[in-house]
Amino acid sequence: MRYIRSSLFVAVVWLLLSGHYTPLILSFGAVSVLIVVWFMWRMERVDEKLEVLPMRPRMLYYLLWLMWQVVLSNIDLVRRIWDPDLPIRPTWQRLDTKVTSSLAKTLYANSITLTPGTLTTDVREDHFMVHSLSPDGIEDLRKGGMEEKIQRLGI
Amino acid sequence: MLTAAIVAILVTMFLALIRTFIGPTEYDRMLAANSFGTKTVLLIALGGHALSWNSFLDVALLYALVNFVGTIAVMRFFEYSNASEERDDPGTAA
Amino acid sequence: MTVILEWLSGLCLLLGGGLCISGGVGLLRMPDFFSRVHASGVTETLAAPLLLSGLLLQMELSLDSVKVIMIMILVLATNPTATHAMAKATLHGGQRPLEFANGKDIGGDGSSKL
Repeated sequence: MRYIRSSLFVAVVWLLLSGHYTPLILSFGAVSVLIVVWFMWRMERVDEKLEVLPMRPRMLYYLLWLMWQVVLSNIDLVRRIWDPDLPIRPTWQRLDTKVTSSLAKTLYANSITLTPGTLTTDVREDHFMVHSLSPDGIEDLRKGGMEEKIQRLGI
Repeated sequence: MLTAAIVAILVTMFLALIRTFIGPTEYDRMLAANSFGTKTVLLIALGGHALSWNSFLDVALLYALVNFVGTIAVMRFFEYSNASEERDDPGTAA
Repeated sequence: MTVILEWLSGLCLLLGGGLCISGGVGLLRMPDFFSRVHASGVTETLAAPLLLSGLLLQMELSLDSVKVIMIMILVLATNPTATHAMAKATLHGGQRPLEFANGKDIGGDGSSKL
C-alpha cells in the first residue's frame, strides 16, 4: 500500500518535470518510477521504517508561521550586518528540549537552523547545542514558543 | 529589475569568492563554496529567463541537488579524515 | 492586473537582490566560522525564495512554474541539513565558536567534547 502511494507520488513528480508525453518517453518514465520504488524497497533493510511529516492543515499553518519567523529574524540579522559596529555577541549554549519523538526533534532542530541567527550544532537525547549570534536568540528559544507549537502538532 | 537582481547575484558571488580565497580555514572555504553554489542556482534560473533559454530550470534543479550532495560529501570527508580518535567511537560510525 | 504583477515581481527581485548582497557582505565581515554561517543563511532562507518568486510572477503559468516552486522547496529543505553538516564537521575538526558572552562557561557539560 505504502509503495503504491509512493510510486504514485514519484510518477506525478516525473510527469510534472518531464513535459514530454510520447509513448516512448512515457515508458522510460514508468521504468524509472519502478527503479526508484525498488531502491526504496531495498533501503528498508538498512533504514528503519520511513517517517513522513503528516501534511495536516495545522502543519501548513506551522510552516507559514515558520516562514514569518524567518522573515523577522532576517530583518534583524540584516540590520546587524550593515551596522558599522557589527553588534553581535555569539554564544554557544545548551538548550533543553521537551519534545521526545525523533520526528518532532528533527523538525525542531531544522526549524532552529532555518531561522537565521540560531544554529543547531548537535542533537542529543534531551538537549540541543545551539549557536546563536546574540544571547537574545537563545533566550527566545528558551521561552518555548516554537517548541510548544511543534508539540501541539502531535507528531 | 531582472537585470538588477542578476547584477546583485553576481556581486554576491564575487564576495563569496573572496571569502573562498582568504579562508582562513577549510570550513570557511566550503561554506563560501556552498553559498556560491546556491547563488549559481539562482543565476541560472534568473539568467535563463532573461536570455529565454530552453529548459534552464532543469539545469537549475539539478545544480541545486548536486550542490547539496556535494556539500554533504565534502563535509563527511572532512569529518572523518582528520580525527583519529573518532575512529574507535562506535556511535559516530553510522 | 499585469501591472500589479509586474510591480510585485520587481519588488521581490529588488528585495531579494538586496538581501543577497547583505549576505555576501556578512560573509566577509563576520569574525569566525559560526557567525559566518548565520550570514550565509540570510541569502539562502529569504533571498532565494524572494528572487524565485519574483521570477515566478514574471513567467506565464506552465510546467516551468512547478519547477521554480520545486527549486524553492529544495533550497529551503536542504539548507538546514547542509548547514548542520558543516557546523558538525567544523566542531569535529576541533574549531570552537568565538564567544563574547557574559562570562558564561558553556564547555563544561561534556557535550562540547564530541
